[in-house]
Amino acid sequence: MAVVIRLPESIIAAACSRSGQRVLHVDSRNYYGGNWASFSFSGLLSWIKENQTKTDTTEESESWRELILDTEEAIPLDKEDKTIQNVEDFCYVSQDSADDVEETGALPQLSAFITSNICEAPQESEEECLHLDSRSLEAETGEIPPECVAKNDPESTTQSKGDVTSEREKCPDDATSGQSAVEAVTPEMASVTEAASPEPKKIIYSQIVKEGRRFNIDLVSKLLYSRGLLIDLLIKSNVSRYAEFKNITRILTFREGRVEQVPCSRADVFNSKQLTMVEKRMLMKFLTFCLDYEPHPDDYPDHKECKFSDYLKIQKLTPNLQHFILHSIAMVSEADSNTIAGLTATKNFLQCLGRYGNTPFLFPLYGQGEIPQCFCRILFCLSYGVECCSVTKCKAIIDHFGQRISASYFVVEDSYLTEKMCTNVCYSIIQTLEISILTVPPTETGQPAVRIIELCSSTMTCMKNTFLVHLTCSTNKNAKEDLEPIVQKLFTLDAEKETEVEKPRVLWAVYFNMKDSSNIDKSSYGSLPSNVYVCSGPDCALGNDYAVKQAEALFKEMFPKEEFCPPPPNPEDIIYDGDGTQPENPGFSSSSEAKPETSLEESSDGENSKVLEEHHEE
Amino acid sequence: QHGRLKVKTTEEQAEAKRLEREKKLRQYVSTTEAIFEKRKTGQLDKEALELTNHILGANPDFATLWNFRREIFLHLEEEGSVEEMQALCQGELSFLESCLRVNPKSYGTWHHRCWVMGRIPTPDWARELQLCSKFLESDERNFHCWDYRRFVVQRSEVAAEDELAFSDSLITRNFSNYSSWHYRSRLLPQLYPDPHQQGRLTEDVLLKELELVQNAFFTDPNDQSAWFYHRWLLGRADPEPTVRCVYVSREDASLTVAFSHPVAVAPAGHDLIVFGDESPLVVRWRTPDGRNRPGLMWLCDLPASALNDHWPQHTFRVLWSESQTQKECVLFKGNRDCWCQDSVTEEQVFRCDLSVEKSTVLQSELESCKELQALEPENKWCLLTIILLMRALDPLVYEHETLSYFETLKAADPMRAAYLDDLRSKFLIENTILKMEYAEACVVDLSQRNLTILCHLEHLLLVTHMNLSDNLLWTLPPSLAMMRSLEVRELAQHPSPCSNPLALPSQRTQESWLPAPPPALTH
Repeated sequence: MAVVIRLPESIIAAACSRSGQRVLHVDSRNYYGGNWASFSFSGLLSWIKENQTKTDTTEESESWRELILDTEEAIPLDKEDKTIQNVEDFCYVSQDSADDVEETGALPQLSAFITSNICEAPQESEEECLHLDSRSLEAETGEIPPECVAKNDPESTTQSKGDVTSEREKCPDDATSGQSAVEAVTPEMASVTEAASPEPKKIIYSQIVKEGRRFNIDLVSKLLYSRGLLIDLLIKSNVSRYAEFKNITRILTFREGRVEQVPCSRADVFNSKQLTMVEKRMLMKFLTFCLDYEPHPDDYPDHKECKFSDYLKIQKLTPNLQHFILHSIAMVSEADSNTIAGLTATKNFLQCLGRYGNTPFLFPLYGQGEIPQCFCRILFCLSYGVECCSVTKCKAIIDHFGQRISASYFVVEDSYLTEKMCTNVCYSIIQTLEISILTVPPTETGQPAVRIIELCSSTMTCMKNTFLVHLTCSTNKNAKEDLEPIVQKLFTLDAEKETEVEKPRVLWAVYFNMKDSSNIDKSSYGSLPSNVYVCSGPDCALGNDYAVKQAEALFKEMFPKEEFCPPPPNPEDIIYDGDGTQPENPGFSSSSEAKPETSLEESSDGENSKVLEEHHEE
Repeated sequence: QHGRLKVKTTEEQAEAKRLEREKKLRQYVSTTEAIFEKRKTGQLDKEALELTNHILGANPDFATLWNFRREIFLHLEEEGSVEEMQALCQGELSFLESCLRVNPKSYGTWHHRCWVMGRIPTPDWARELQLCSKFLESDERNFHCWDYRRFVVQRSEVAAEDELAFSDSLITRNFSNYSSWHYRSRLLPQLYPDPHQQGRLTEDVLLKELELVQNAFFTDPNDQSAWFYHRWLLGRADPEPTVRCVYVSREDASLTVAFSHPVAVAPAGHDLIVFGDESPLVVRWRTPDGRNRPGLMWLCDLPASALNDHWPQHTFRVLWSESQTQKECVLFKGNRDCWCQDSVTEEQVFRCDLSVEKSTVLQSELESCKELQALEPENKWCLLTIILLMRALDPLVYEHETLSYFETLKAADPMRAAYLDDLRSKFLIENTILKMEYAEACVVDLSQRNLTILCHLEHLLLVTHMNLSDNLLWTLPPSLAMMRSLEVRELAQHPSPCSNPLALPSQRTQESWLPAPPPALTH
């Protein structure tokens, strides 16, 4: 049983299912993904409300106590999600007439995905049990009006920090949302229509609400490294067939008050107008060295004290190049990253280049929240409350209907137990049809670098003519204080003021802090039953390696002898129990005339579905 | 285990695969037989098309079947209406596209596509151009597709600007693509021809291209495509073949003609005519080595009547019809010989490799190459380009520097040491010839130069004394016979390589090295 369906849990669940385990997936939230979720606009508003209103629902229904066997001891599960703090939302556009507007399509987008679930946990002898309790009820039925969502009751604690801003703004008409769904992987699709005439019409709040379903706003802002563990896992397990991706098209940096494109691939360096010839050579030389630095230990200092930023200076790289490499390629901290860490990060970045395009990153269409769902093509319950958990060795949980469900292994999200930080955001940028990542280095030492990811509407995460921009940094004070200076540097907040032509306009924003529990050891949660496994929330790194590593480690703990997410067998190789005979070979009909055509069709089908196949390089 | 899918074992899979392959093979063989039977009996019908579809769809490289399809098409063309033919051809084009997906480098398929585009009543060339772009996107070096693109461009008269923009886009994506660079070198002279030099570019375009290619070799100096394009940019069109020198010797009663390019002259032909005192002479042409192969030098014996010791002067004029050039020289009474020769300096004959562009352009190229060389001291392309640029700028001023770059280059590229030695020898001989011109000497001192080859001997037609001692020459080339005036040659070799044919007594006259002249023509 996995409680809460976030990325690590969904991977573990998929792996268990592949090894023949029956999996029950339950989540007290009525949406997928926990802090990895993607929301429509109304979904996000509900989530904000949920995290702002601290309604105390402590009237505990003690009914579950009856289901505890005498020999069992129960630990109550936390009902509050304390991982999100300091949620503040701001609207910068006219809210007139917004009250009576509803999101078209009525339901929050999540409900469409609720599956009819139920797969029983294997019954075994019960010694101990876990308790479930509902936070909200509409489990399998799938239709959840947005008002029902806000039943959560997080207390305002001050130790957790992090934030989200989400805003959008007017920009040239892009007209790509229709076709990009088809041609998902190619970033060129967007640039083809780039010339479309700009329509400077104003977007007002009611439009955002009305078009709310066009938004898929992620709580965490991450990208997939094209040779990262998650991509490897998606390919290996064949889960990739359920998702489509787009290549990030630009890597930007913020330097001397300007946003600049960072040349990082060979083609970028060749085409770059901002580098001198000599800089081109120096950059390429350095990057080539980084790709294969390990065998040359004489060429770099391996002691911890030597900072990467100092190493770049010693290499006589120009300030321009030092900036690009440090902040946008290695993306390490200037203040405290040593040379080895910088070289490793640079190497990782470079190895990811060229696999699917000219940048190392992919973004899943419809948002990060898609990925857990892809792994969850198994089955589970949403809005399935879990209230408490009993100790030593778990054998069962009791759900909010008073039903007792037994299982051998339990995978639990850390928010269900008790307690660092990353910040996280959404709003919008520059008028191009690109997917960009921008790093804003700290202006003073001690401040965190801010990572900005800008998504255009062809990523299916925002409505036409807007961009969705996420800002993330590790927390210094709180979300708004940490991020607002950057927002003000890059954007115009005043909707009516037309004077500042250069900067994009913010339409709406939300700030929040999210807990980064990735470094917390299991033991800090107190004594848990040995078969209860805890997954941490999203970490603040750009990639997803942490979640995949954690999922694999937990899976290996549960099933040390099983292979982790092996590829599924070919359909032709499956032996069906019914008659023992093989199904009619679909690829090759017996009539001789039909032969070549069918085989052709097969191959072209294959082409369409393998979204994640590697490009042919060289 | 409970709940798991049962999956075939590897042996079962292999067996299933084997059976499937066998079944496929049987079908392939029987279909092929049916097709040949139809061809034999002349059944040029749609069923035959259908059958060949199956085979070519799986194996597009079956050339005979494409031929058969063409026969069927020609037959159906006679029978059907234009509309039917159009539909048939369109079907064929989409079938061909699927075949190209099976093998994008299938000769037969691309050829058949050209053929169909030639027969289709209303061709859609724009679509074909798109198809090329698509295939070049997946493999930018597919020369079959490049060929087809050129065919489409030519037939549909696509503007050179558009094609240049296409080449831009490919180079932007990946500049390691000689096909694209080469395509530029064909398009640019069409678009921006230099009014003064055939096949060259106007200076502003040239400078832009130089900058583009510089971006490429600074980004990746080991990529040869950029260096080749760079060399093309700085190169110049081959000069027209011309007669470079006419030499008349009274002693031998012979006339020698040196050309700028190897040419073939028929022994008794009319393309090379000699006038003695304005009346055509009947002569028989031969090469100095007597082999009469295309060569830089041809000579003939002059009839006794053309040379008279008592006449105050004889005027000899040579007319070469191929380039409509002529040269004239006058042999005065009492003179042994006479000649008429182009200046190697004025004609810049030794700068063929790089152009006579404004030296400012070359100078700035040299500077950026030196800058690159400072960063990449081992890069052979950069070193070679520096040497070539220096030669184009001024071979004599840069002589010393060039030689030191040769040493670096040999160390960086030992695999091509022998080639570099030969190139260095060539440049040294060229420099010597240039210096001779200033001195008007007929003595050549090529001693102690570490020469590995002898070349440009056609320029030494008038040389009487040559010192070749202390070099690394292993043999003397047959072209030595071109030195018609040579009297003294010093060949002392030090240190002497064993069994070296050059380890000969140092005084020798040229005659002993010349093969016996062919029997004289009887007049």
